[in-house]
Amino acid sequence: MTRSYSALSLFKEGLAGQTGWKPAWRSPEAKPAYDAIVIGGGGHGLATAYYLAKNHNITRVAVLEKGWIGGGNTGRNTTVVRSNYYYPESVALYGLAHRLYEGLSKDLNYNVMLSQRGMVNLCHSTGEMEIGARTVNAMQINGIDAELLSPDDVRRVAPIYNFSADARFPVFGGIWQGRAGTARHDAVAWGYARAASRLGVDIIQNCEITDFIIEGGRCRGVQTSRGAIRADRIGMAVAGHSSVLAAKAGFRLPINSYALQACVSEPVKPILDTVVLSPGTGVYVSQSDKGEIVIGGGLDRIPSYAQRGNLPTLETVIAGVLEMFPIFGQLKLMRQWAGIVDVVPDSSPIIGESPLPGLFLNCGWGTGGFKAIPAGGTLLAQLLASGKHNDISRPFDLDRFASGRLIDEAAGSGIAH
Amino acid sequence: MQLFPCPFCGPRDETEFHYGGDAGNARPDGTEVPTERWAEYLYLRSNPKGSAREVWVHMTCSEFFVMERDTVTHKVLSSTALGGEHAA
Ligand SMILES: Cc1cc2nc3c(=O)[nH]c(=O)nc-3n(C[C@H](O)[C@H](O)[C@H](O)COP(=O)(O)OP(=O)(O)OC[C@H]3O[C@@H](n4cnc5c(N)ncnc54)[C@H](O)[C@@H]3O)c2cc1C
Ligand SMILES: [Zn+2]
Repeated sequence: MTRSYSALSLFKEGLAGQTGWKPAWRSPEAKPAYDAIVIGGGGHGLATAYYLAKNHNITRVAVLEKGWIGGGNTGRNTTVVRSNYYYPESVALYGLAHRLYEGLSKDLNYNVMLSQRGMVNLCHSTGEMEIGARTVNAMQINGIDAELLSPDDVRRVAPIYNFSADARFPVFGGIWQGRAGTARHDAVAWGYARAASRLGVDIIQNCEITDFIIEGGRCRGVQTSRGAIRADRIGMAVAGHSSVLAAKAGFRLPINSYALQACVSEPVKPILDTVVLSPGTGVYVSQSDKGEIVIGGGLDRIPSYAQRGNLPTLETVIAGVLEMFPIFGQLKLMRQWAGIVDVVPDSSPIIGESPLPGLFLNCGWGTGGFKAIPAGGTLLAQLLASGKHNDISRPFDLDRFASGRLIDEAAGSGIAH
Repeated sequence: MQLFPCPFCGPRDETEFHYGGDAGNARPDGTEVPTERWAEYLYLRSNPKGSAREVWVHMTCSEFFVMERDTVTHKVLSSTALGGEHAA
């Protein structure tokens, strides 16, 4: 059993030469049956297992991950956490996640390094300013912190932006969320894994789901690279691979998989202490605690499962960064990578029972599900425990595509997706 | 940079092309189409990992065509004019 992290334990280990630390989570053999199985050891899957144990007292749970935990999009994203969405349904969802994030380090006894440095979505014309004012109003009415910034305010929070007279994307103002910021992505996966493991959850890595066990029209378990594992309640949170598993379960989803790229520069001294997004360039930027400039942009143009991203999109993103911050022209890029994201027509997630009874979905987070991990986990856990939606997950059920009640949050992201 | 083969113009830069959806996703006919069938046509996708048959448009010549492609390796297997066989 791992011990609690505290100032005292750090101090003691310092004296003992850091030799007493134990693995943060157990790595048991898979049992033949569980009360619930969660497919996918990303943030959403691990959080689901944690809340099943913590909120619903269901501890005979396995998380089955084909690779290593956090090796999917959870460990590949640009770490932005925010809740500046437009529609009330989205605000309820991302607002819940944001509140849970604010208490997460304490709840998990694991420092997820939430850094609420604020975020500005720039407006580059009077038209965008009007839309900005409307967005700020909507956010405030829905109880989310938001402020409309003047050009001078933007200059104050991001002085190195290109404010020159001939800038292609001049600043007319911006939408500000002060509680937005970043969190350490790996730590979110590891913190949930450790906390879930301590409550009895089995985390099984290198265990790929290859098929579903279907009996009497219900999902009763999974076939894996380590044999059959049974459970009557199965949750699936496999992001870009949702369609692949859905096909094995006999249904299709309103999802296309695309690569989404990011890149980081060499580390430099602190120069940017907020997150800046420009809808004009389709690029957003922040500086990591290590000093790297973290750069993200829009989706690749081609549906793909190739986890590397393509050059034309990277070129567009880099051109955008230099337009926004000419000073970054000196920087060297250290790394570029991509994750496969699950893109839904209305840019909102899918949470609910699948067409195969007993199999529940948490997917469709596309380019923006890192910020939602605590809520996605809470809601899928509740569905698995009770079989029923709560008010926050109900609007995100798969049935919205037949009923037409789409939650079109394409604008909420501010980048093309 | 990848080259895609337009059946009319030959190999061209990938940025000249736009993805148009699953091949064979025919629009339902008639007035008695159930809601589920509309939802299926409008939203559900095969999204295969591996070999895929897709409709693309070459934006420079405005021609739509079917391209068979591997979604993991991005290797193009075939590219044919859309001669009314997109229902296949
Ligand atoms: C470059 C990039 C930047 C991003 N930036 C942000 C951002 O700044 N803010 C934000 O909120 N979101 C961002 N996102 C999106 C965010 O990362 C994802 O929405 C989120 O991580 C999804 O979490 P998940 O747990 O659902 O999926 P993942 O973390 O991808 O986990 C799914 C897991 O399922 C496993 N799996 C797949 N198939 C199987 C199988 N057959 N059997 C067993 N296991 C399987 C995978 O190996 C994987 O580990 C970004 C994404 C990318 C790629
Ligand atoms: Zn052509």
